[in-house]
Amino acid sequence: MELFEVFWETKSFFVTATWLTIRVTATSLIIGVFIGLIFAFFKISSSRLLNGIANVYITIIRGTPLIVQIFVLYYGIYKLVALSGFWAGALGLAIHNGAYITEIFRGTIQSIDKGQMEAARSLGMSYFLAMRRIILPQAFKRAIPPLGNQFIIGLKDSSLVAYIGMNEIWGTALSEAAASLKMLSTYAVAGFYYLVIVMIFSYLVSRLEKRLDVEKSRG
Amino acid sequence: MIEVQKLNKYFGELHVLKDVDFNVNEREVVVLIGASGSGKSTLLRCLNFLEMKDSGSIYINGELIEPDQVNLNKIRENVGMVFQHFNLFPHMNVLENVIEAPVHVKKIDKNEAIKQAKDLLQKVGLEDKAEAYPSHLSGGQKQRVAIARALAMKPDIMLFDEPTSALDPELVGEVLQAMKNLAREGMTMVVVTHEMGFAREMADKVVVMDQGRIIEEGDPEHIFSNPQNPRTQQFLSQVL
Repeated sequence: MELFEVFWETKSFFVTATWLTIRVTATSLIIGVFIGLIFAFFKISSSRLLNGIANVYITIIRGTPLIVQIFVLYYGIYKLVALSGFWAGALGLAIHNGAYITEIFRGTIQSIDKGQMEAARSLGMSYFLAMRRIILPQAFKRAIPPLGNQFIIGLKDSSLVAYIGMNEIWGTALSEAAASLKMLSTYAVAGFYYLVIVMIFSYLVSRLEKRLDVEKSRG
Repeated sequence: MIEVQKLNKYFGELHVLKDVDFNVNEREVVVLIGASGSGKSTLLRCLNFLEMKDSGSIYINGELIEPDQVNLNKIRENVGMVFQHFNLFPHMNVLENVIEAPVHVKKIDKNEAIKQAKDLLQKVGLEDKAEAYPSHLSGGQKQRVAIARALAMKPDIMLFDEPTSALDPELVGEVLQAMKNLAREGMTMVVVTHEMGFAREMADKVVVMDQGRIIEEGDPEHIFSNPQNPRTQQFLSQVL
């Protein structure tokens, strides 16, 4: 059967490509979480300037296609610093995911009962100490399911960096299909690799959720 | 110890505290009573600056406290607060709740903090719950942990904001008992409550609020047996 033939013939390319997909996705998500955390603080801050900066960022990112963002970043930054395809891709994805992660953190931070901050402040904690010790640990826990979801979206969206020349899973699929002309089978095989990563990742997230659930979430 | 002069507070258009003058002396138990919405919780929350006054003066230990000129965190370290809804930290066990502020705010040695926390838990009758998480405690137990947590900072004064209002009736007694023990040790306390029995038994001074004003204050005997203000009479006839 052609599908298995293609799978067998291409597997060394796709294993390398899968590793690249995982690396570019992980890099972008780690940076994206930092961006998300910073802009979530901008959004809940009482400063209008910081609110405004966060809102402009989120509006632009949510309002334009990811492929446009990647191209603009790649061809824009290219003129200023020579950024490798990997870093252009990872940064593009990070800035994109960061906007969605901002909203996830903002939502979960604001979902923590006001009494938690009041109790912390009444004990003499500063705002930042209360955030770090009391609010964020609870908010992070609530953020795990939506973050897991965003990570899966981020992983699949990473396929778009193929168009700035990266040979990750989708980039490999495009070149292999062009070479062998076995379009359907090659693209299906590429989909299989994404599916396997997503399934493994989903399993890990659900394990993490269950482990954290042992200590119940409400006081 | 605390002196409040001409305190005014607005929530938007709503004038919730109107020219309130209010005193608490050292080792005194002051009980604030009054109908819902009379401003007693707001007054209490102004005392540790969880609510900011709009005008008036607040003196603590003789010192005028202007929120924008002093470190409020330092002030709050010495003013313990117990909330209606406990507000324990759900991601920490009982012991961790109690040592959190001593260790991370006062920076005292962790082992020393644990030792003190265990003494405090014993005092409120919960030494066997040190490892439990708040979600596994009854309301009465949670509130006693909250009292221990506030006491762990060794405050000069304790504020109680309706500490028994969210409890099932059979659990009220254990929390009141812990408060009575504290009062007998000489802790300065300001208590907002609907527990008239507690007010009558423990208060040195009862303050009656109505529509943002203090309408009457005095010793409990005077307030409960011989109230002067018709609104006090009306309120007491409804709750007693």
